[in-house]
Amino acid sequence: MEKSSITKRLGMIGLVITVAVMLAIACATQKKASLTDGSAAEEVYVPPGSYDEYYSFFSGGFSGQVTVYGLPSGRLFRIIPVFAQHAENGWGYSEETKDMLMTSHGFAPWDDAHHPELSQTDGVPDGRWLFINANNTPRVARINLSTFETEDILEIPNSGGNHASPFVTPNSEYIVASTRFSLPIPQKDVPISEYKKHFKGTITFVSVNPDDGLMDVAFQIMVPGYNYDLAHAGKGPSNGWAFFTCYNTEQASTLLEVNASQNDKDFIAAVNWKLAEQAIAEGNYRTMDVDYYHNYLEHGSRTTISENKKSVRILDPASVPGLIYYLPTPKSPHGVDVDPSGEYIVGGGKLASVIPVHSFSKMMTAIENKEFEGEVDGIPILKYQSVIAGEVQNAGLGPLHTEFDGKGNAYTSAFISSEVVKWKLGTWEVVDRIQTYYSIGHLMIPGGDSQKPWGKYLVAMNKITKDRYLPTGPELCHSAQLIDISGDKMRLLLDFPTMGEPHYAQGIPASILQPKTTKIFPIEDNTHPFVAKSEREAGVTRDGRDVHVKMTTIRTHFAPDNIEGVKVGDRVYFHITNLEQDWDVPHGFAVQGMNTAELLVMPGETRTLIWEAKKVGVYPFYCTDFCSALHQEMSGYIRVSPRNSSITLSHNAQR
Amino acid sequence: MKKLNLIIAILFMLGFGWSCSSGDSNSSEQPAQQAANNGLSQWELENGIGPVKAKMTLNAVDSELAASGEKIFDMKCMACHKMAERYIGPALGDVMQRRTPEFVMNMMLNPDEMVKKHPEVQKMLATYMVPMTFQNVSEEDGRALLEFIRANQK
Repeated sequence: MEKSSITKRLGMIGLVITVAVMLAIACATQKKASLTDGSAAEEVYVPPGSYDEYYSFFSGGFSGQVTVYGLPSGRLFRIIPVFAQHAENGWGYSEETKDMLMTSHGFAPWDDAHHPELSQTDGVPDGRWLFINANNTPRVARINLSTFETEDILEIPNSGGNHASPFVTPNSEYIVASTRFSLPIPQKDVPISEYKKHFKGTITFVSVNPDDGLMDVAFQIMVPGYNYDLAHAGKGPSNGWAFFTCYNTEQASTLLEVNASQNDKDFIAAVNWKLAEQAIAEGNYRTMDVDYYHNYLEHGSRTTISENKKSVRILDPASVPGLIYYLPTPKSPHGVDVDPSGEYIVGGGKLASVIPVHSFSKMMTAIENKEFEGEVDGIPILKYQSVIAGEVQNAGLGPLHTEFDGKGNAYTSAFISSEVVKWKLGTWEVVDRIQTYYSIGHLMIPGGDSQKPWGKYLVAMNKITKDRYLPTGPELCHSAQLIDISGDKMRLLLDFPTMGEPHYAQGIPASILQPKTTKIFPIEDNTHPFVAKSEREAGVTRDGRDVHVKMTTIRTHFAPDNIEGVKVGDRVYFHITNLEQDWDVPHGFAVQGMNTAELLVMPGETRTLIWEAKKVGVYPFYCTDFCSALHQEMSGYIRVSPRNSSITLSHNAQR
Repeated sequence: MKKLNLIIAILFMLGFGWSCSSGDSNSSEQPAQQAANNGLSQWELENGIGPVKAKMTLNAVDSELAASGEKIFDMKCMACHKMAERYIGPALGDVMQRRTPEFVMNMMLNPDEMVKKHPEVQKMLATYMVPMTFQNVSEEDGRALLEFIRANQK
């Protein structure tokens, strides 16, 4: 009896297992057949303790930040705060960092970050810096890739909607900026309906100091009031030129989706920046009074220096013949991408049925032969047939952006038909296509806009997510997809969610960045005016109603950790110096009732928050970042007495 | 009851497997003693693990060097160490009686590995509960710190 029941039970279990396994296999086979092939999981799997092959930097779009992902795993390593306050580490809140977000419009705690761009040497990403643009209040930022920290933000004057930015020249001589939204320049009170009469655009070249990376507005070119959309610098034979798409050559100021889609062709502007440099050197420019901010990190104190600047150099195309030529390009072009050889200039005509590819050498010949079909504000318009190298037919609907694999292939994203289309440079034939899920915007191949792409992976950045992940209510993350491009056929490997809207990304082999990482800031080099380099230097001083607390942290205590003699109405400056000199040991600081964000203090640095003493009482402060076994003990108190109290200021740091 | 037996049997097997895989000693030391030493040599047990691998020659205390060591001590050590009494870490006023100079140097220069591997340091960790941390001390700085510590022995 007992035996037969066990046998039955075993039989039943066996049956269930068999069915389950069969179902699982059937399921897996179905999935494989439809989307990925068998080895995809292995190809993206990075075992515990191992590293990804590539770092990739995604724009956070409307989060204002940059995110760092590993490829092929799609693992998120870090959010780098750039254009938005970041309560997680006090970026934009602390006294040392808040001035990074200063603009001519005042403190700007948010922006819309679009295009990350790696610095280059000899046309190849070098891993020194990452640049990114702010679209809303026009700015460019520079991130140091040894600290993964924003250390330079430059406002762009005479600009609206800085979208065609911050694409870099082959030796990082310049990054570019431009007006997506033209404006009255200088700003004035005019009827919007008089757009054509009053509105202008600018194309800006921002110089990058080769030693410390500091940015400066080198010059601006005044251009017709179109919408300048994207850009890329020439390379190789076309080095010295930069290319900008523009749409709305109709110069509409309302209902652009209809009114700016009338012309069969808009333009790619080819700008000769070497000639611009020459014009500046010869004094062939005018200066203009403007108002903009340059905010940058002073390294010793790790504190922002904020400079208000008042003048800019302007070049007028009519006064510098040969500075700009317009290449007619169908239709409302979005991306403009230069192939690794520097010969081909690919336009992403988002309403066009073909992908137009211009030839740099044909352009130079056409300029020499004056093959023009017109002129706008002193800018010659070249004949389309004189500059076009070829048109890619059947290239998908809504082509936007193109990157290259360095093996003679180009990959274009097609937004409307939701696909990546692979085609051959020179023959213009489409050789492969792969669906994306859904509505791809930018795509990225590590080094794919440089002279030396690492053509192994392609990342599709999709605008629509819908059913790709478990639902999270009305608001969904955006979705990226990793595609293997090492063979003839593209292969989908992985989906991973992203933050904000990743307009664009850049990738670089980890082996270039990994050895450069900064692990600590040497305490000896800290020049912050309120640093305490030892507990002996910690203490409390009063300056009228301002109380300055110089406090140190080390596992696992604050010094001082008892402060008395503060009175209602005082402004208390907590200057926290982290004495640790060990990698990955930040300390956090927060005090009850503060109206700002916590401080996260890296080893060797000093960070400051202001706390208003509002009410009588004793208030705790504590370390917010788990630091040791006795982290819970890392705390202290500040006592606030009535305004008329006779208690003197005191602390308990050791002497 | 049967289940319990099974679990015990599995645990026994696991335990056996474990002892097998770690029993590949080729030294003449007793296994138990070797385990207690964490595979360290006698020299390492006495002088620590780190960049200092040979006996140092120490002369009379150099007061100038000790003075420069004091500055580094204030910046990188005093938050946790006092000479006369236990603080976050042990008192240092008698450390030269307890440890060799090479041990003190290696503890300053290579605390992470010392905490992980050295049985003496592991005992200290169990006592103090906070691991000694690397404070970006160079060998030169370490030598100055050693001199300051030597100058302040009771």
